[in-house]
Amino acid sequence: MSLPVRVATLLVAFVAVVGGAVFVVVHYLLGGPPVEDFTVGHVAGQPVNIVMQTDASSSPTAVPDHPTWVSYFIKNPQTGAWVHTTLFKVPANTRVNMTILGYDGSTPIRNQVWGHVTGTIGGVAYYGGKPVTTVNGWNGPYLIQHTFAIPSIGLNVPVEAGPGTCLNGPCTSNAHSTTTFSFMTPSHSGVFRWQCFIPCGLSFLYGNGGPMSTIGYMGGNMEVVG
Amino acid sequence: MTAESAPAPAAPAGAAEPRHGLRIFLIWLVLSAIVDPIIWFVWGPHLPPGAMSDTAASQQVDITVMAVMSAPVILFVLIYFIYALITWRQKPGDEEDGPPIHGNARISATWIIGTAVIVLGLFVYGTVELIVPAGAGAGEGNTPIWRPSGGTPLQVQVIAQQWRFTYRYPQFGGFETTDLVLPVGREVQFNVTSLDVIHSFWAIQLAVKADANPQLNNVAYTKTLHTGSFTVRCSELCGLWHGAMFDTGRVLSVAGFQAWATRTEAQLAALTRQLPPYALTYDANSVKQLGKAFHQAGLFGAGGNYYGSQYPVSP
Repeated sequence: MSLPVRVATLLVAFVAVVGGAVFVVVHYLLGGPPVEDFTVGHVAGQPVNIVMQTDASSSPTAVPDHPTWVSYFIKNPQTGAWVHTTLFKVPANTRVNMTILGYDGSTPIRNQVWGHVTGTIGGVAYYGGKPVTTVNGWNGPYLIQHTFAIPSIGLNVPVEAGPGTCLNGPCTSNAHSTTTFSFMTPSHSGVFRWQCFIPCGLSFLYGNGGPMSTIGYMGGNMEVVG
Repeated sequence: MTAESAPAPAAPAGAAEPRHGLRIFLIWLVLSAIVDPIIWFVWGPHLPPGAMSDTAASQQVDITVMAVMSAPVILFVLIYFIYALITWRQKPGDEEDGPPIHGNARISATWIIGTAVIVLGLFVYGTVELIVPAGAGAGEGNTPIWRPSGGTPLQVQVIAQQWRFTYRYPQFGGFETTDLVLPVGREVQFNVTSLDVIHSFWAIQLAVKADANPQLNNVAYTKTLHTGSFTVRCSELCGLWHGAMFDTGRVLSVAGFQAWATRTEAQLAALTRQLPPYALTYDANSVKQLGKAFHQAGLFGAGGNYYGSQYPVSP
């Protein structure tokens, strides 16, 4: 092999390796859903209002990667637009008023313990304004579709099933359930994972793959800023 | 030993060869006599997993014994290595090979007997240590071979699911909670199972570790010795949030545990009424309510893959 060919081969191999490394870093490590920031403009002592929705599936425009997967959306606090993400940032030691609009149908709960409301202010959640503390997820008609849980702060709220199933999320005009609750964010900074505890990943083994195992669908992070 | 049969090639003719084997032995003996008591009395009490339970204390002793036994072996290797570097360093201009030691029966016999004694001794010791503390805190399957003697152990069911452990107390009405609380000075029987994939229940400072398998019950025993807190981790790679699947358990005084259990039983009474009857496993085929709910929701085949054939399984 001549010297020019050897040099060219070496350069091509070098570029391929570096290019591959850059792709991995950009695509997998730096990529991912956006973070909805609820600390911008927050006044100390005032609560933060977060609105989310659940959808059985989404429009390919909103979720091009996996439109058939069940997913959460978060309403952007500045624009009011629905964003396909499960990452949000909140101030520390602050009351969060959470509203979850349920555009998904019902799913039998796998472990009834997640039908119990814990970690909220007053130990209660509200289904359409009606207080609930323990919801039986096994008695039809099934009342629960998903849960919103932050295990490290002991928060668990079963989300009320919607009256119908919206297949083209994010949805705005369809009939839906409304689950509300409030909780206090931790007094220290940190990243706190949250997840759904109902294995709702249709077509995946035990319902726990796909959207249950991918950030941006049925689980994410709450970043607390001190 | 080797040194006695492999005299230094560079020794001047006619000079008396020192007794290298004896030198090495004496150095080794003195250092071992210094290091081993330090390991046993100073380092040993601080080795993990501590002494919060009988299984933990037993494991701490085992690790200390291993350290005490292995220290002289390591010392011998290091002493021989350093001694050889100093004593038998090649002199300038010396190109001669060392003498061959092939066929030295004394070295061969010493090596075989020494290693055999160490390995067989550890085998016997390890087997005894596995039996004495009723399985040494390891999962023994559904029909444990070694059980604690005397008294009725506190039953605690560990239910693993992606990605959280919950705990059920059948002797207190069967309530289920995310808090793991135990009384001090009591035998505990952990019944470990899973609702989905394979997890592993590891109560680190209690030295209890048992795989959590779906549709199977895995029994592990321990006896708490001291009050305090301990860390529980999943030690089986189980998916996205495996690294976040941990919590903190507590060992309380007997009175403190009794008060906690009674209070929690009352607080969770409404939830407990909705739980399935206490069972060793909770698959959809054995839990009537769950199977019925899945069937009514059209999620057939729930016993295995949770969702039925109408939803083809993705990789």
